[in-house]
Amino acid sequence: MKIAVAIKQVPLRDSPLRVNAAGTWIEENNLGFEINEPDAYALEEALQLREKHSGEVIVISAGPARVSQTIREALAKGADRGIHIDVATLDTLHVASLLAAALKTEAPDLILTGLQSDDLGYGQTGVILAELLGLPHSTIIMQVQVMNDVQPGRVRVKRELEDGWFQHIEMPLPAVLTIQSGLNKLRYATLMGIKKAKSKEIKEIKVVSAGEGPQASAVIEKLYAPEKNQQGQIFDGDPKTAAAKLVEKLRFEARVI
Amino acid sequence: MSILAIVEQRMAGEVLAAAKEFGSPVNAYSIDLPYTADTYTSAVEELIRKVNPALVVFGHTYQTRDYAPKLAGRFGRVLIGDVIAGSPPVFVRQMFQGKFNADVRLVGDGPHFVSIQAGAWRAGSDIAVETFSPTPTASRQVAEPPFREAARAVDLSAADIIVSVGRGIKEKENLPVVEALAQALGAELAASRPICDAGWLPMDRQVGSSGQTVSPKVYFAVGISGAIQHLVGMKGAKTVVAINKDRDAPIFELAHYGIVGDLFEVVPALVEELKKK
Repeated sequence: MKIAVAIKQVPLRDSPLRVNAAGTWIEENNLGFEINEPDAYALEEALQLREKHSGEVIVISAGPARVSQTIREALAKGADRGIHIDVATLDTLHVASLLAAALKTEAPDLILTGLQSDDLGYGQTGVILAELLGLPHSTIIMQVQVMNDVQPGRVRVKRELEDGWFQHIEMPLPAVLTIQSGLNKLRYATLMGIKKAKSKEIKEIKVVSAGEGPQASAVIEKLYAPEKNQQGQIFDGDPKTAAAKLVEKLRFEARVI
Repeated sequence: MSILAIVEQRMAGEVLAAAKEFGSPVNAYSIDLPYTADTYTSAVEELIRKVNPALVVFGHTYQTRDYAPKLAGRFGRVLIGDVIAGSPPVFVRQMFQGKFNADVRLVGDGPHFVSIQAGAWRAGSDIAVETFSPTPTASRQVAEPPFREAARAVDLSAADIIVSVGRGIKEKENLPVVEALAQALGAELAASRPICDAGWLPMDRQVGSSGQTVSPKVYFAVGISGAIQHLVGMKGAKTVVAINKDRDAPIFELAHYGIVGDLFEVVPALVEELKKK
């Protein structure tokens, strides 16, 4: 089966983030980037499904030139080829429409992506992609079972609900699934994988005019650190002194230990 | 600005309260149909064409997350999801996992789509909710009844003291550091999602929106930055103690007491101090 994985490149976890001069996004200069965490799980799931059912895994990502590095890393983990849509936009609908256009010609049996991004956090790209491609979808997926032996052409998934509840959902392929972190164990790229990745294809799609996307229905007017509302007693400095103060407070003020 | 409120059992009162604040008239509907992404997308699309609202308001539930982006996409819009404040045309939502807030402005004609975060609006309103029975449509998804995994081995909801560990612990091999604190306090050990995802602690020790909801006398959050998914599981704690190296971590907003510092120095010092008595 042919599986496409839509991935996003986001700032390295624990990067010190600052708001840019315009106050509308983060300052991206001097930042390191990596694959969005839930997308890494989506990629792993795709690789495991390929191992079970054979076929091909294609990674696709929309973003500026630096994104090709993250695609290359996915190829090193075992994806077969990559597609890079060279565009700088934050509009989810625009990104989804570019992904949809590129994936339409690929016609994969299954499209996986992480349930949301660690930067914008909208959690919508996969769902909108399904709508644009006219495919069924399901979200926040903890398990993917391609039912080739039982009912060819169908997939059964375990979807996470609130408070520790789950639900099984079945639908026909092709379909779009958004993957929850933690449903599998991530693999590392092997030396051999890294070597092989160098000769794997990354197809570049240039977006001629950035202005040609759909009109954004919402824009970020201002990005800012949330107002601090620290009413608690926060200690710092020497750990031993701070620990002694905290224990005293918990014993004699809060009286909880 | 005319509002359409989509009401499900979860968060019903909050959605109605927010809808009333956002504009008038407010039409509030619950959908009389078993849920699948396909059926609800068609149903609410039909409702929008009937009511013609400027703004559609949802609770930011797992169900909304499953279908509202598709519905918004059908109208050429992006759902402004998980908003914590604001009113049309500017809503506030968190980005970068709570490190920043963003003011997001609606552009162009309606219908626009917004979902509100649980706990961000106080429930309550006098708006009557009508039941909408949509024209039947086919669903490609076939949903089975919701279920829970086998009984939880650990019931954290009964614990008086909880020591909860997050990403700051860095490696599984470091867990004894927090285990020692739990032991010194006679506490249950718990964790934020990434720790359970990595398999370092079993899933039934996870606190948060997809794990357990707890309300102990004291909750120690060790190396937990305080993503909203975690906070909803523990904000019922009577006393919150945060230990984190990042002074700006959202967990300190909730903490009654806290120490800014390296947990690998702070936690052993705490254990020493607790043993002194």
